[in-house]
Amino acid sequence: MRKLFILFGRELAQYFRSPLAYTVLCFFLVLTGFNFQFGVSSLNLQPLTTTIVEAFFNTVFFWYPFVLVFPLITMRIFSEEYKMGTIEPLMTAPVRDWQVVLAKYLGALVFYIVLWLPSLLYFVIFQNTTEFRAAEAVGAYLGAYAMLLLIGMFYTALGCLASALTQNQIVAAIISFCLVCLMFFMSLISFMTPQISPFLRALTSYLSPIEHMAEFSQGIFDSRPVVYYLSLTIFTLYLTLQVFQSRRWRTA
Amino acid sequence: MIEVENLTKRYSGVTALDGISFHVGKGEIVGFLGPNGAGKSTTMRILSGFMPPSSGRASVAGYDVGRESLRAREHVGYMPENVPLYLEMRVTEYLRYRAALKGVRGRKVTERVNDVLELCNLTEVARKLIGKLSKGYRQRVGLADAMVHEPDLLILDEPTIGLDPNQIRQVRDLIRNLARHHTILLSSHILSEVEQTCHRVIIINRGKIEALDTPQNLRQRLRGGGEIRLEIHAANSAKAADELKRIAGIQSVAGDIDGDWHVFHLQTEAGSDPRPAIFHHCVKQGWQVRELTQARTSLEDVFVEMTQPE
Repeated sequence: MRKLFILFGRELAQYFRSPLAYTVLCFFLVLTGFNFQFGVSSLNLQPLTTTIVEAFFNTVFFWYPFVLVFPLITMRIFSEEYKMGTIEPLMTAPVRDWQVVLAKYLGALVFYIVLWLPSLLYFVIFQNTTEFRAAEAVGAYLGAYAMLLLIGMFYTALGCLASALTQNQIVAAIISFCLVCLMFFMSLISFMTPQISPFLRALTSYLSPIEHMAEFSQGIFDSRPVVYYLSLTIFTLYLTLQVFQSRRWRTA
Repeated sequence: MIEVENLTKRYSGVTALDGISFHVGKGEIVGFLGPNGAGKSTTMRILSGFMPPSSGRASVAGYDVGRESLRAREHVGYMPENVPLYLEMRVTEYLRYRAALKGVRGRKVTERVNDVLELCNLTEVARKLIGKLSKGYRQRVGLADAMVHEPDLLILDEPTIGLDPNQIRQVRDLIRNLARHHTILLSSHILSEVEQTCHRVIIINRGKIEALDTPQNLRQRLRGGGEIRLEIHAANSAKAADELKRIAGIQSVAGDIDGDWHVFHLQTEAGSDPRPAIFHHCVKQGWQVRELTQARTSLEDVFVEMTQPE
Protein backbone atom coordinates (compact mmCIF):
# COMPACT_ATOMS: atom_id res chain seq x y z
CA MET A 1 0.00 0.00 0.00
CA ARG A 2 2.88 2.36 0.80
CA LYS A 3 4.54 1.60 -2.52
CA LEU A 4 1.28 2.21 -4.34
CA PHE A 5 0.94 5.57 -2.68
CA ILE A 6 4.52 6.62 -3.51
CA LEU A 7 4.07 5.61 -7.14
CA PHE A 8 0.70 7.34 -7.33
CA GLY A 9 2.15 10.53 -5.86
CA ARG A 10 4.83 10.68 -8.52
CA GLU A 11 2.38 9.94 -11.31
CA LEU A 12 0.06 12.73 -10.27
CA ALA A 13 2.89 15.20 -9.65
CA GLN A 14 4.31 14.27 -13.05
CA TYR A 15 1.31 15.91 -14.73
CA PHE A 16 2.09 19.22 -13.13
CA ARG A 17 5.79 19.03 -13.97
CA SER A 18 5.08 19.12 -17.69
CA PRO A 19 3.36 21.80 -19.75
CA LEU A 20 0.89 19.15 -20.93
CA ALA A 21 -1.21 19.38 -17.78
CA TYR A 22 -1.56 23.14 -18.00
CA THR A 23 -2.35 23.00 -21.69
CA VAL A 24 -5.05 20.40 -21.15
CA LEU A 25 -6.45 22.28 -18.16
CA CYS A 26 -6.61 25.47 -20.18
CA PHE A 27 -8.19 23.82 -23.21
CA PHE A 28 -10.71 22.15 -20.97
CA LEU A 29 -11.62 25.31 -19.07
CA VAL A 30 -12.22 27.21 -22.27
CA LEU A 31 -14.45 24.52 -23.73
CA THR A 32 -16.47 23.84 -20.58
CA GLY A 33 -16.78 27.57 -19.99
CA PHE A 34 -18.13 27.99 -23.48
CA ASN A 35 -20.46 25.06 -22.93
CA PHE A 36 -21.77 26.64 -19.75
CA GLN A 37 -22.32 29.95 -21.47
CA PHE A 38 -24.16 28.11 -24.25
CA GLY A 39 -26.34 26.36 -21.68
CA VAL A 40 -27.21 29.57 -19.90
CA SER A 41 -28.03 31.48 -23.05
CA SER A 42 -30.20 28.68 -24.43
CA LEU A 43 -32.14 28.69 -21.16
CA ASN A 44 -32.56 32.44 -21.62
CA LEU A 45 -34.04 32.10 -25.07
CA GLN A 46 -36.47 29.26 -24.52
CA PRO A 47 -39.04 28.57 -21.85
CA LEU A 48 -37.42 26.65 -19.03
CA THR A 49 -37.81 22.91 -19.48
CA THR A 50 -34.48 21.66 -18.20
CA THR A 51 -32.15 22.73 -15.45
CA ILE A 52 -28.69 24.13 -16.08
CA VAL A 53 -27.04 20.92 -14.84
CA GLU A 54 -28.99 18.89 -17.38
CA ALA A 55 -28.22 21.39 -20.11
CA PHE A 56 -24.55 21.46 -19.24
CA PHE A 57 -23.96 17.72 -19.38
CA ASN A 58 -26.03 16.91 -22.43
CA THR A 59 -24.76 19.10 -25.24
CA VAL A 60 -22.37 18.48 -28.12
CA PHE A 61 -20.04 21.04 -26.55
CA PHE A 62 -19.81 18.84 -23.53
CA TRP A 63 -19.17 15.57 -25.34
CA TYR A 64 -16.48 16.83 -27.73
CA PRO A 65 -13.92 17.87 -25.17
CA PHE A 66 -15.00 14.88 -23.13
CA VAL A 67 -13.84 12.25 -25.65
CA LEU A 68 -10.73 14.27 -26.58
CA VAL A 69 -9.40 14.60 -23.08
CA PHE A 70 -8.70 10.90 -22.42
CA PRO A 71 -6.03 10.37 -25.09
CA LEU A 72 -4.35 13.57 -23.91
CA ILE A 73 -4.13 12.61 -20.27
CA THR A 74 -3.22 8.94 -20.74
CA MET A 75 -0.97 8.81 -23.79
CA ARG A 76 2.28 9.31 -21.93
CA ILE A 77 1.79 7.16 -18.86
CA PHE A 78 3.41 3.97 -20.15
CA SER A 79 4.71 5.01 -23.57
CA GLU A 80 7.03 7.63 -22.15
CA GLU A 81 8.58 5.16 -19.71
CA TYR A 82 9.18 2.65 -22.49
CA LYS A 83 10.68 5.28 -24.76
CA MET A 84 12.94 6.91 -22.19
CA GLY A 85 13.96 3.56 -20.72
CA THR A 86 12.87 4.67 -17.25
CA ILE A 87 10.78 1.53 -17.11
CA GLU A 88 14.01 -0.29 -16.19
CA PRO A 89 14.83 1.55 -12.98
CA LEU A 90 11.13 1.53 -12.18
CA MET A 91 10.64 -2.21 -12.52
CA THR A 92 13.91 -3.13 -10.81
CA ALA A 93 12.74 -1.33 -7.69
CA PRO A 94 10.88 -3.66 -5.34
CA VAL A 95 7.39 -2.92 -6.68
CA ARG A 96 4.78 -5.27 -8.08
CA ASP A 97 3.49 -4.94 -11.62
CA TRP A 98 -0.09 -4.35 -10.51
CA GLN A 99 1.02 -1.58 -8.18
CA VAL A 100 2.61 0.25 -11.08
CA VAL A 101 -0.43 -0.19 -13.35
CA LEU A 102 -2.86 0.84 -10.64
CA ALA A 103 -0.77 3.82 -9.55
CA LYS A 104 -0.55 5.09 -13.11
CA TYR A 105 -4.25 4.59 -13.63
CA LEU A 106 -5.18 6.37 -10.42
CA GLY A 107 -2.82 9.22 -11.24
CA ALA A 108 -4.56 9.76 -14.56
CA LEU A 109 -7.99 9.41 -12.98
CA VAL A 110 -7.27 11.94 -10.27
CA PHE A 111 -5.99 14.37 -12.89
CA TYR A 112 -9.24 13.84 -14.78
CA ILE A 113 -11.16 14.66 -11.60
CA VAL A 114 -9.05 17.80 -11.15
CA LEU A 115 -10.11 18.86 -14.64
CA TRP A 116 -13.74 18.84 -13.57
CA LEU A 117 -13.33 20.66 -10.28
CA PRO A 118 -13.68 24.20 -11.70
CA SER A 119 -17.02 23.24 -13.24
CA LEU A 120 -18.52 22.88 -9.76
CA LEU A 121 -17.98 26.58 -9.35
CA TYR A 122 -20.14 27.34 -12.39
CA PHE A 123 -23.25 26.04 -10.70
CA VAL A 124 -22.52 27.82 -7.45
CA ILE A 125 -22.17 31.08 -9.36
CA PHE A 126 -25.29 30.33 -11.35
CA GLN A 127 -27.38 29.69 -8.27
CA ASN A 128 -26.11 32.83 -6.56
CA THR A 129 -26.58 35.21 -9.45
CA THR A 130 -29.93 33.95 -10.76
CA GLU A 131 -32.88 32.98 -8.66
CA PHE A 132 -33.07 29.62 -10.45
CA ARG A 133 -31.84 26.45 -8.93
CA ALA A 134 -29.00 24.78 -10.81
CA ALA A 135 -30.57 21.35 -10.46
CA GLU A 136 -33.90 19.98 -9.34
CA ALA A 137 -32.35 18.24 -6.38
CA VAL A 138 -29.05 17.23 -4.85
CA GLY A 139 -29.51 13.88 -6.58
CA ALA A 140 -29.18 15.47 -10.00
CA TYR A 141 -25.84 17.00 -9.03
CA LEU A 142 -24.60 13.77 -7.57
CA GLY A 143 -25.94 11.80 -10.50
CA ALA A 144 -24.26 13.95 -13.11
CA TYR A 145 -20.91 13.93 -11.36
CA ALA A 146 -21.15 10.23 -10.51
CA MET A 147 -21.74 9.45 -14.17
CA LEU A 148 -18.87 11.74 -15.10
CA LEU A 149 -16.67 9.70 -12.79
CA LEU A 150 -17.96 6.33 -13.97
CA ILE A 151 -17.48 7.04 -17.67
CA GLY A 152 -14.16 8.68 -16.85
CA MET A 153 -13.00 5.59 -14.99
CA PHE A 154 -13.67 3.36 -17.96
CA TYR A 155 -12.27 5.66 -20.63
CA THR A 156 -9.14 6.39 -18.58
CA ALA A 157 -8.59 2.62 -18.32
CA LEU A 158 -8.90 2.38 -22.11
CA GLY A 159 -6.26 5.09 -22.42
CA CYS A 160 -3.96 3.15 -20.06
CA LEU A 161 -4.35 0.05 -22.17
CA ALA A 162 -3.48 1.97 -25.34
CA SER A 163 -0.42 3.52 -23.72
CA ALA A 164 0.80 0.15 -22.43
CA LEU A 165 0.72 -1.18 -26.00
CA THR A 166 3.29 1.11 -27.58
CA GLN A 167 6.32 3.24 -26.87
CA ASN A 168 5.08 5.93 -29.23
CA GLN A 169 2.88 8.50 -27.50
CA ILE A 170 1.18 9.61 -30.71
CA VAL A 171 0.26 6.04 -31.58
CA ALA A 172 -0.99 5.55 -28.02
CA ALA A 173 -3.14 8.68 -28.32
CA ILE A 174 -4.62 7.52 -31.61
CA ILE A 175 -5.39 4.04 -30.29
CA SER A 176 -7.07 5.39 -27.19
CA PHE A 177 -8.98 7.97 -29.21
CA CYS A 178 -10.26 5.16 -31.46
CA LEU A 179 -11.22 2.98 -28.49
CA VAL A 180 -13.00 5.82 -26.73
CA CYS A 181 -14.81 6.85 -29.90
CA LEU A 182 -15.80 3.28 -30.60
CA MET A 183 -17.39 2.96 -27.17
CA PHE A 184 -18.93 6.39 -27.43
CA PHE A 185 -20.30 6.45 -30.97
CA MET A 186 -21.63 2.92 -30.77
CA SER A 187 -24.70 4.53 -29.27
CA LEU A 188 -25.18 6.70 -32.31
CA ILE A 189 -25.67 3.75 -34.67
CA SER A 190 -29.43 3.93 -34.22
CA PHE A 191 -29.36 7.57 -35.37
CA MET A 192 -27.23 6.85 -38.37
CA THR A 193 -29.15 3.81 -39.62
CA PRO A 194 -32.85 4.17 -38.78
CA GLN A 195 -33.70 0.70 -40.21
CA ILE A 196 -31.67 -1.02 -37.52
CA SER A 197 -33.37 -3.93 -35.74
CA PRO A 198 -35.17 -3.07 -32.50
CA PHE A 199 -32.90 -5.43 -30.60
CA LEU A 200 -29.73 -3.58 -31.69
CA ARG A 201 -31.39 -0.27 -31.03
CA ALA A 202 -32.23 -1.32 -27.49
CA LEU A 203 -28.77 -2.76 -26.96
CA THR A 204 -26.92 0.33 -28.14
CA SER A 205 -29.13 2.59 -26.07
CA TYR A 206 -28.35 0.46 -22.99
CA LEU A 207 -24.65 0.97 -23.65
CA SER A 208 -24.91 4.62 -24.62
CA PRO A 209 -23.07 7.08 -22.38
CA ILE A 210 -25.35 9.80 -23.73
CA GLU A 211 -28.41 7.97 -22.42
CA HIS A 212 -26.68 7.26 -19.13
CA MET A 213 -25.76 10.87 -18.65
CA ALA A 214 -29.24 12.08 -19.58
CA GLU A 215 -30.74 9.82 -16.95
CA PHE A 216 -28.25 10.51 -14.20
CA SER A 217 -28.24 14.28 -14.66
CA GLN A 218 -31.98 14.24 -14.03
CA GLY A 219 -31.26 12.54 -10.74
CA ILE A 220 -32.43 9.10 -11.83
CA PHE A 221 -30.28 6.33 -10.47
CA ASP A 222 -29.96 3.13 -12.47
CA SER A 223 -27.66 0.35 -11.26
CA ARG A 224 -27.11 -1.14 -14.73
CA PRO A 225 -24.71 1.54 -16.05
CA VAL A 226 -22.84 1.44 -12.75
CA VAL A 227 -22.21 -2.29 -13.08
CA TYR A 228 -21.41 -1.84 -16.77
CA TYR A 229 -18.74 0.81 -16.25
CA LEU A 230 -17.20 -0.73 -13.15
CA SER A 231 -16.86 -4.18 -14.67
CA LEU A 232 -15.43 -2.84 -17.92
CA THR A 233 -12.96 -0.69 -15.99
CA ILE A 234 -11.71 -3.67 -14.03
CA PHE A 235 -11.52 -5.81 -17.15
CA THR A 236 -9.59 -3.15 -19.08
CA LEU A 237 -7.16 -2.67 -16.21
CA TYR A 238 -6.64 -6.41 -16.09
CA LEU A 239 -5.85 -6.41 -19.81
CA THR A 240 -3.47 -3.50 -19.27
CA LEU A 241 -1.63 -5.46 -16.61
CA GLN A 242 -1.30 -8.44 -18.95
CA VAL A 243 -0.01 -6.28 -21.79
CA PHE A 244 2.39 -4.50 -19.47
CA GLN A 245 3.82 -7.76 -18.15
CA SER A 246 4.11 -9.51 -21.49
CA ARG A 247 5.92 -6.53 -22.99
CA ARG A 248 8.63 -6.79 -20.40
CA TRP A 249 9.04 -10.52 -20.98
CA ARG A 250 9.56 -10.01 -24.66
CA THR A 251 11.62 -6.84 -24.99
CA ALA A 252 15.28 -7.27 -25.81
CA MET B 1 26.27 -12.92 -3.39
CA ILE B 2 25.34 -13.93 -6.93
CA GLU B 3 24.65 -17.52 -7.93
CA VAL B 4 23.88 -18.18 -11.58
CA GLU B 5 23.21 -21.67 -12.80
CA ASN B 6 22.61 -22.66 -16.37
CA LEU B 7 20.90 -19.39 -17.19
CA THR B 8 19.30 -19.24 -20.62
CA LYS B 9 17.37 -16.43 -22.26
CA ARG B 10 15.68 -16.68 -25.62
CA TYR B 11 13.90 -13.86 -27.39
CA SER B 12 11.77 -14.71 -30.37
CA GLY B 13 14.19 -17.04 -32.14
CA VAL B 14 17.40 -15.55 -30.78
CA THR B 15 19.35 -17.15 -27.97
CA ALA B 16 20.79 -14.24 -26.03
CA LEU B 17 22.14 -16.35 -23.18
CA ASP B 18 23.09 -19.95 -23.61
CA GLY B 19 23.33 -21.72 -20.27
CA ILE B 20 25.80 -19.58 -18.37
CA SER B 21 26.88 -20.32 -14.81
CA PHE B 22 29.01 -18.32 -12.43
CA HIS B 23 29.08 -17.08 -8.91
CA VAL B 24 30.28 -13.93 -7.26
CA GLY B 25 31.33 -13.81 -3.64
CA LYS B 26 30.66 -11.08 -1.10
CA GLY B 27 32.82 -7.99 -1.47
CA GLU B 28 34.12 -8.84 -4.92
CA ILE B 29 34.24 -6.47 -7.88
CA VAL B 30 33.55 -8.51 -10.97
CA GLY B 31 33.80 -7.16 -14.49
CA PHE B 32 31.64 -8.33 -17.33
CA LEU B 33 33.38 -8.08 -20.66
CA GLY B 34 32.10 -8.86 -24.10
CA PRO B 35 31.38 -7.42 -27.51
CA ASN B 36 28.04 -5.75 -28.17
CA GLY B 37 25.17 -8.19 -28.15
CA ALA B 38 27.12 -10.79 -26.19
CA GLY B 39 24.52 -11.01 -23.46
CA LYS B 40 25.96 -8.70 -20.82
CA SER B 41 22.91 -6.48 -20.48
CA THR B 42 20.58 -9.46 -20.66
CA THR B 43 22.35 -11.13 -17.74
CA MET B 44 22.25 -7.93 -15.74
CA ARG B 45 18.58 -7.37 -16.46
CA ILE B 46 17.77 -10.86 -15.25
CA LEU B 47 19.84 -10.43 -12.10
CA SER B 48 18.20 -7.09 -11.35
CA GLY B 49 14.75 -8.64 -11.67
CA PHE B 50 13.73 -6.67 -14.74
CA MET B 51 12.94 -9.75 -16.77
CA PRO B 52 12.69 -13.46 -16.11
CA PRO B 53 15.07 -16.02 -17.62
CA SER B 54 13.79 -18.61 -20.11
CA SER B 55 15.36 -21.36 -18.04
CA GLY B 56 17.98 -21.82 -15.39
CA ARG B 57 18.33 -20.29 -11.98
CA ALA B 58 19.75 -17.08 -10.65
CA SER B 59 19.82 -15.79 -7.12
CA VAL B 60 21.18 -12.65 -5.52
CA ALA B 61 21.85 -12.22 -1.81
CA GLY B 62 20.27 -15.63 -1.28
CA TYR B 63 16.96 -14.78 -2.97
CA ASP B 64 15.85 -16.35 -6.22
CA VAL B 65 15.27 -13.60 -8.80
CA GLY B 66 12.23 -15.41 -10.17
CA ARG B 67 10.38 -16.68 -7.13
CA GLU B 68 11.41 -14.06 -4.58
CA SER B 69 11.78 -11.22 -7.03
CA LEU B 70 10.74 -8.42 -4.67
CA ARG B 71 13.08 -9.61 -1.93
CA ALA B 72 15.92 -9.96 -4.42
CA ARG B 73 15.28 -6.48 -5.83
CA GLU B 74 15.48 -4.96 -2.34
CA HIS B 75 19.06 -6.17 -2.12
CA VAL B 76 20.18 -5.02 -5.55
CA GLY B 77 21.04 -1.56 -6.79
CA TYR B 78 20.88 -1.50 -10.56
CA MET B 79 22.08 1.16 -12.93
CA PRO B 80 20.86 0.45 -16.48
CA GLU B 81 22.85 1.25 -19.59
CA ASN B 82 22.56 4.91 -20.67
CA VAL B 83 21.08 5.74 -17.24
CA PRO B 84 17.42 6.50 -17.93
CA LEU B 85 16.11 9.10 -15.47
CA TYR B 86 13.01 11.24 -15.08
CA LEU B 87 14.28 14.42 -16.68
CA GLU B 88 11.54 16.65 -15.25
CA MET B 89 12.47 15.91 -11.66
CA ARG B 90 15.09 17.60 -9.54
CA VAL B 91 18.03 15.57 -8.30
CA THR B 92 17.07 15.50 -4.64
CA GLU B 93 13.42 15.02 -5.43
CA TYR B 94 14.24 12.05 -7.65
CA LEU B 95 16.54 10.44 -5.12
CA ARG B 96 13.98 10.88 -2.33
CA TYR B 97 11.34 9.26 -4.50
CA ARG B 98 13.62 6.37 -5.39
CA ALA B 99 14.70 5.87 -1.79
CA ALA B 100 11.09 5.72 -0.60
CA LEU B 101 10.16 3.39 -3.42
CA LYS B 102 12.97 1.05 -2.47
CA GLY B 103 11.79 0.86 1.11
CA VAL B 104 13.85 3.49 2.92
CA ARG B 105 11.58 4.93 5.59
CA GLY B 106 10.94 8.19 7.38
CA ARG B 107 13.87 10.24 8.55
CA LYS B 108 16.27 7.72 7.04
CA VAL B 109 15.30 9.00 3.57
CA THR B 110 16.86 12.44 4.08
CA GLU B 111 19.89 10.86 5.70
CA ARG B 112 20.48 8.40 2.87
CA VAL B 113 19.86 10.97 0.15
CA ASN B 114 22.36 13.36 1.73
CA ASP B 115 24.87 10.53 2.03
CA VAL B 116 24.69 9.53 -1.61
CA LEU B 117 24.65 13.16 -2.79
CA GLU B 118 27.91 13.67 -0.99
CA LEU B 119 29.40 10.35 -2.02
CA CYS B 120 28.67 10.99 -5.69
CA ASN B 121 29.67 14.66 -5.57
CA LEU B 122 26.20 15.84 -6.43
CA THR B 123 25.65 18.34 -3.64
CA GLU B 124 26.16 21.34 -5.90
CA VAL B 125 23.52 20.20 -8.40
CA ALA B 126 21.09 18.78 -5.83
CA ARG B 127 18.38 21.30 -6.66
CA LYS B 128 18.77 21.24 -10.44
CA LEU B 129 16.51 19.55 -12.93
CA ILE B 130 17.97 16.25 -14.09
CA GLY B 131 17.21 17.19 -17.70
CA LYS B 132 19.57 20.17 -17.40
CA LEU B 133 22.52 18.11 -16.18
CA SER B 134 25.49 16.97 -18.25
CA LYS B 135 26.05 13.33 -19.07
CA GLY B 136 28.65 12.95 -16.34
CA TYR B 137 26.31 14.27 -13.67
CA ARG B 138 23.44 12.11 -14.87
CA GLN B 139 25.71 9.09 -14.65
CA ARG B 140 26.40 9.97 -11.04
CA VAL B 141 22.71 10.50 -10.32
CA GLY B 142 22.18 6.98 -11.67
CA LEU B 143 24.88 5.66 -9.38
CA ALA B 144 23.44 7.55 -6.43
CA ASP B 145 20.04 6.04 -7.20
CA ALA B 146 21.52 2.54 -7.40
CA MET B 147 22.96 2.74 -3.90
CA VAL B 148 20.45 4.94 -2.11
CA HIS B 149 18.82 1.98 -0.34
CA GLU B 150 22.15 0.50 0.78
CA PRO B 151 21.96 -2.62 -1.35
CA ASP B 152 24.37 -5.49 -0.80
CA LEU B 153 24.95 -5.78 -4.51
CA LEU B 154 25.45 -3.12 -7.15
CA ILE B 155 24.88 -4.01 -10.79
CA LEU B 156 26.22 -1.33 -13.09
CA ASP B 157 25.70 -1.65 -16.82
CA GLU B 158 28.41 0.32 -18.65
CA PRO B 159 28.97 2.84 -15.86
CA THR B 160 31.58 4.85 -17.79
CA ILE B 161 30.24 4.81 -21.33
CA GLY B 162 30.08 8.23 -22.96
CA LEU B 163 32.14 10.00 -20.31
CA ASP B 164 35.29 12.02 -20.87
CA PRO B 165 38.59 10.76 -19.40
CA ASN B 166 38.31 12.94 -16.28
CA GLN B 167 34.80 11.78 -15.58
CA ILE B 168 35.83 8.18 -16.18
CA ARG B 169 38.53 8.55 -13.59
CA GLN B 170 36.06 10.04 -11.10
CA VAL B 171 33.55 7.25 -11.62
CA ARG B 172 36.28 4.63 -11.39
CA ASP B 173 37.51 6.04 -8.08
CA LEU B 174 33.96 6.13 -6.85
CA ILE B 175 33.44 2.48 -7.74
CA ARG B 176 36.64 1.48 -5.97
CA ASN B 177 35.47 3.29 -2.87
CA LEU B 178 32.11 1.59 -3.03
CA ALA B 179 33.74 -1.82 -2.99
CA ARG B 180 34.35 -1.45 0.72
CA HIS B 181 30.65 -1.86 1.45
CA HIS B 182 29.17 -3.45 -1.66
CA THR B 183 29.67 -6.34 -3.98
CA ILE B 184 29.85 -4.95 -7.51
CA LEU B 185 29.11 -6.45 -10.88
CA LEU B 186 29.89 -4.07 -13.71
CA SER B 187 30.08 -4.35 -17.45
CA SER B 188 32.35 -2.44 -19.74
CA HIS B 189 33.95 -2.23 -23.12
CA ILE B 190 36.92 -0.41 -21.77
CA LEU B 191 39.35 -3.12 -20.85
CA SER B 192 41.90 -1.09 -18.98
CA GLU B 193 38.96 0.01 -16.88
CA VAL B 194 38.06 -3.52 -15.87
CA GLU B 195 41.69 -4.39 -15.36
CA GLN B 196 42.14 -1.57 -12.92
CA THR B 197 39.00 -1.97 -10.89
CA CYS B 198 37.97 -5.61 -10.94
CA HIS B 199 39.10 -8.58 -8.91
CA ARG B 200 37.72 -11.01 -11.43
CA VAL B 201 36.66 -10.81 -15.04
CA ILE B 202 33.98 -12.72 -16.89
CA ILE B 203 34.43 -12.71 -20.63
CA ILE B 204 31.19 -13.46 -22.39
CA ASN B 205 30.60 -13.91 -26.09
CA ARG B 206 27.51 -14.91 -28.01
CA GLY B 207 25.67 -15.90 -24.86
CA LYS B 208 28.44 -18.11 -23.49
CA ILE B 209 31.11 -17.57 -20.90
CA GLU B 210 34.52 -17.78 -22.57
CA ALA B 211 36.60 -17.14 -19.51
CA LEU B 212 36.22 -16.36 -15.84
CA ASP B 213 39.36 -15.49 -13.90
CA THR B 214 41.45 -12.76 -12.38
CA PRO B 215 42.92 -10.28 -14.88
CA GLN B 216 46.42 -11.54 -14.00
CA ASN B 217 45.56 -15.16 -14.66
CA LEU B 218 43.78 -14.32 -17.89
CA ARG B 219 46.86 -12.56 -19.13
CA GLN B 220 49.02 -15.53 -18.23
CA ARG B 221 46.64 -17.98 -19.73
CA LEU B 222 46.97 -16.31 -23.11
CA ARG B 223 50.73 -16.28 -23.34
CA GLY B 224 51.47 -19.11 -20.97
CA GLY B 225 54.09 -16.94 -19.32
CA GLY B 226 55.30 -13.45 -19.89
CA GLU B 227 57.82 -11.78 -22.07
CA ILE B 228 60.93 -9.95 -21.01
CA ARG B 229 62.69 -7.40 -23.14
CA LEU B 230 66.41 -7.10 -22.61
CA GLU B 231 68.75 -4.70 -24.39
CA ILE B 232 72.46 -5.23 -23.83
CA HIS B 233 75.80 -4.44 -25.30
CA ALA B 234 77.65 -7.76 -25.59
CA ALA B 235 80.64 -8.84 -27.62
CA ASN B 236 79.09 -12.01 -29.01
CA SER B 237 75.33 -12.00 -29.38
CA ALA B 238 74.99 -15.71 -30.26
CA LYS B 239 76.99 -16.69 -27.18
CA ALA B 240 74.96 -14.26 -25.05
CA ALA B 241 71.69 -15.73 -26.33
CA ASP B 242 72.93 -19.21 -25.48
CA GLU B 243 73.84 -18.20 -21.97
CA LEU B 244 70.55 -16.41 -21.39
CA LYS B 245 68.62 -19.48 -22.43
CA ARG B 246 70.27 -21.44 -19.64
CA ILE B 247 68.86 -19.15 -16.92
CA ALA B 248 66.10 -20.88 -14.98
CA GLY B 249 62.61 -19.81 -16.00
CA ILE B 250 63.42 -18.79 -19.54
CA GLN B 251 61.83 -20.80 -22.31
CA SER B 252 63.10 -19.27 -25.50
CA VAL B 253 65.20 -16.40 -26.71
CA ALA B 254 64.76 -14.34 -29.84
CA GLY B 255 67.32 -11.73 -30.83
CA ASP B 256 67.38 -8.52 -32.74
CA ILE B 257 69.92 -5.80 -33.42
CA ASP B 258 69.49 -2.08 -32.90
CA GLY B 259 72.74 -0.39 -33.94
CA ASP B 260 75.37 -1.47 -31.43
CA TRP B 261 72.78 -2.94 -29.12
CA HIS B 262 71.37 -6.43 -28.98
CA VAL B 263 67.71 -6.64 -28.26
CA PHE B 264 66.45 -9.94 -26.81
CA HIS B 265 62.84 -11.06 -26.37
CA LEU B 266 62.81 -13.70 -23.70
CA GLN B 267 59.73 -15.87 -23.19
CA THR B 268 59.38 -16.87 -19.58
CA GLU B 269 57.57 -19.76 -17.98
CA ALA B 270 54.26 -19.13 -16.27
CA GLY B 271 54.67 -17.83 -12.76
CA SER B 272 58.39 -17.18 -12.89
CA ASP B 273 60.23 -13.89 -12.88
CA PRO B 274 63.85 -14.42 -13.87
CA ARG B 275 64.70 -10.73 -14.07
CA PRO B 276 67.06 -10.67 -11.01
CA ALA B 277 68.89 -13.71 -12.38
CA ILE B 278 69.26 -12.02 -15.75
CA PHE B 279 70.64 -8.91 -14.12
CA HIS B 280 73.18 -10.90 -12.11
CA HIS B 281 74.29 -12.71 -15.21
CA CYS B 282 74.74 -9.46 -17.13
CA VAL B 283 76.84 -8.01 -14.30
CA LYS B 284 78.95 -11.13 -14.14
CA GLN B 285 79.60 -11.04 -17.87
CA GLY B 286 80.22 -7.32 -17.87
CA TRP B 287 77.42 -6.58 -20.38
CA GLN B 288 76.06 -3.06 -20.41
CA VAL B 289 72.30 -3.10 -19.83
CA ARG B 290 70.08 -0.46 -21.46
CA GLU B 291 66.70 -1.98 -20.74
CA LEU B 292 65.28 -4.86 -18.75
CA THR B 293 61.49 -4.86 -18.67
CA GLN B 294 58.62 -7.26 -18.44
CA ALA B 295 56.19 -6.73 -21.28
CA ARG B 296 52.58 -6.92 -20.07
CA THR B 297 49.96 -8.70 -22.05
CA SER B 298 46.95 -6.47 -21.76
CA LEU B 299 43.50 -7.74 -21.15
CA GLU B 300 42.72 -6.36 -24.53
CA ASP B 301 44.73 -9.15 -26.16
CA VAL B 302 42.88 -11.73 -24.11
CA PHE B 303 39.58 -10.18 -25.03
CA VAL B 304 40.30 -10.06 -28.76
CA GLU B 305 41.67 -13.59 -28.74
CA MET B 306 38.63 -15.00 -26.97
CA THR B 307 35.84 -13.15 -28.67
CA GLN B 308 37.06 -13.07 -32.24
CA PRO B 309 34.79 -14.99 -34.60
CA GLU B 310 36.71 -17.97 -36.01
